[in-house]
Amino acid sequence: MKEKILIIGGGAAGMEAASQLYKMGLHPVIIEKSEALGGHIAQWDRLFPAFHPAKDVVEKMLDDVKGVDVRLETEVVDIQRDNNGFHAVLSNNEKLDVQAVVLATGFDVFKAERKQEYGYGIYNNVITNAELEQFFRTGKDERINHPKRIGFVHCVGARDVKVCNTYCSKVCCATALKQACEVKEVFPDAEVYTFYMDLRMFGPGYEDLYLKTQKDFDVKCVRGRVCEVSENMDGKLVIKAEDTLFGKPLKMTLDLLVLMCSMEKNKSINAIQQKLGVADNSDGFMQSKDTYLGMNETAQEGVFVAGACTAPKSLPDTIAEARAVAVEVFNYINR
Amino acid sequence: MIIEGKQKIWADYQKDIPDDHYFYVRSCIRQAFWPGSEVTFLDITRNKLRKDMYENPYHTTCGGIAYHSDTIPQETAMTIIARQFALMHESGYENYVCSCITSFGCYTETLETWHEYPELEAKIRQYLWDSCKKEFAKPKYLAHASDLIYKFRFDIAKQMKFPLVNAKTGKPLKVVEHIGCHYSKMFPSKGFGGAEYPHVLVGMIEAWGGEVVDYPERRHCCGFGFRQYFVQANRGYSESNTYKKFESMEPYEPDLIITNCPGCPYFLDRWQYVIAEQTGKTYGKSGYGIPALTYEEVAGLVMGYDPWDLGLQMHQVAIEPLLEKMGVPYDPKKKYQGVNGKDLGRPQCPSCIKVS
Repeated sequence: MKEKILIIGGGAAGMEAASQLYKMGLHPVIIEKSEALGGHIAQWDRLFPAFHPAKDVVEKMLDDVKGVDVRLETEVVDIQRDNNGFHAVLSNNEKLDVQAVVLATGFDVFKAERKQEYGYGIYNNVITNAELEQFFRTGKDERINHPKRIGFVHCVGARDVKVCNTYCSKVCCATALKQACEVKEVFPDAEVYTFYMDLRMFGPGYEDLYLKTQKDFDVKCVRGRVCEVSENMDGKLVIKAEDTLFGKPLKMTLDLLVLMCSMEKNKSINAIQQKLGVADNSDGFMQSKDTYLGMNETAQEGVFVAGACTAPKSLPDTIAEARAVAVEVFNYINR
Repeated sequence: MIIEGKQKIWADYQKDIPDDHYFYVRSCIRQAFWPGSEVTFLDITRNKLRKDMYENPYHTTCGGIAYHSDTIPQETAMTIIARQFALMHESGYENYVCSCITSFGCYTETLETWHEYPELEAKIRQYLWDSCKKEFAKPKYLAHASDLIYKFRFDIAKQMKFPLVNAKTGKPLKVVEHIGCHYSKMFPSKGFGGAEYPHVLVGMIEAWGGEVVDYPERRHCCGFGFRQYFVQANRGYSESNTYKKFESMEPYEPDLIITNCPGCPYFLDRWQYVIAEQTGKTYGKSGYGIPALTYEEVAGLVMGYDPWDLGLQMHQVAIEPLLEKMGVPYDPKKKYQGVNGKDLGRPQCPSCIKVS
């Protein structure tokens, strides 16, 4: 009988880890609370830095998990350690005995309402990065009605002591520039501005994206944070910001404002995480055993982590971690 | 505008304050600016709502103006505040309500600081004893006087004689609400409605029949900002803040501005005169300005107090057009009569803005 590995989460990390473990001859079981595999990436239209369709990536990953045991619309409601590993109870009353657990629960998108000064949920034309991505996929969002001037606010819910998230969310800079280009493709006559603290274009092709955004798409990158959003009589947004390169405050009228919401830990796993004895780190994500050599391990034997459950991560980082965790689990099973 | 979004925030930022038995402390400048406001608050709460509001004659300024102007250190301001709290305790009260927004901000900041830094609280306790021989105590509840009017807004509405409605057309008056910066911008959870979309004045306007105007510069400072005005060279900056607000609210044609801070109505009122003199522009209709009133004055007006007893003649901007819209009766001859018919004198007539 093959050793069963419980993988909690059917997003990019969970799917890739399961795919690799399956190829290694083990028996991964993916528990996914939503009705489909794919996680956040399945809700995305195109991926930075090369504007690659997210759908292609998801389809390839789905192809790779063919044959893997999957439970959709299911959650782990209880888990206990026993002599042979772990005994898990699922929300469909199924009971599973597994030798190891991989937490691949990903992230929640920061709730933009918490940054009240940006007026999400108050002013009609303030939307989030996830909602804009949905518009790119479907072409439908009544708030996006041929905007002439569009703004992007970086770091919404990240690098922000006021919301207790001091970490960088890592992917928002590149996503903002990607979306700024895409919105120019849809509305070529629109003026597009991005408001950033620093542009952290750290990965391969990212700096090229930054240059392309300005040279080919004429997006204006303003170094400064938006401090306040309000609405005028015409229903247009009035924003206040500071251009720190000019050293001057600015006020601007926009038709659409996109908030680049950060990643936060997926808190729906907290109860199971607690039962497994896995702590949180100072950023509120799950604590790895070691920053350098134990990133996929936790302080609890047989409990592993992969993807954005430990920190904000890009898709390539997540895939790399998922493959690494498969090796860790394989070595653990064969110890 | 998505009103449900605001309503959710308003529901999230509610605070628990008692119904009765308050130790009331006055503002050091409001009595000079708007002499009818505090006495109206006490009359409404004591005599109309039958609440116990106690004033101790030995209470003083909170020190906030000096603190925010950087002329006294924080420890001095805190010791003044500790003395105020000690007076409350000596008087047998534990609920503290203050008239001034800056005081409210100072009290809130002090209590939070003592909570975070108990060693500083111990130091102030000693300073209080050394300087005043008074026993240190902290209030169980801290409220701003506008919090209480907000809390009792529906009780006031039951006694209302002149709602915030145009008596001729039946349409709600358009009312701008302006919140003092120190009410909740520092500690959002201490104000009704939080920092970005406070409900404290909105709730009053809606309960009394008015329509709230939300305009782009709603959150902007009135122009007081302490150093903006106290440092004489900065006064142009103070005025430019007020100018920015009026330019922003002008298209909405508001009938009235309601405020909950000592400085805000003063600057929103007086700078209208200066702007008119400098530019020839007025923001009300037919050469008048837009009245900027305190919440106590508005509460008094809707409850049927005599406008001159409320001290509305102390405003630079003429109040008469608003009284006529609301259908509030008034005797023009008594406008400049003080207590016992004493002649208060007439203001010098400005060249642009109409004053009567």
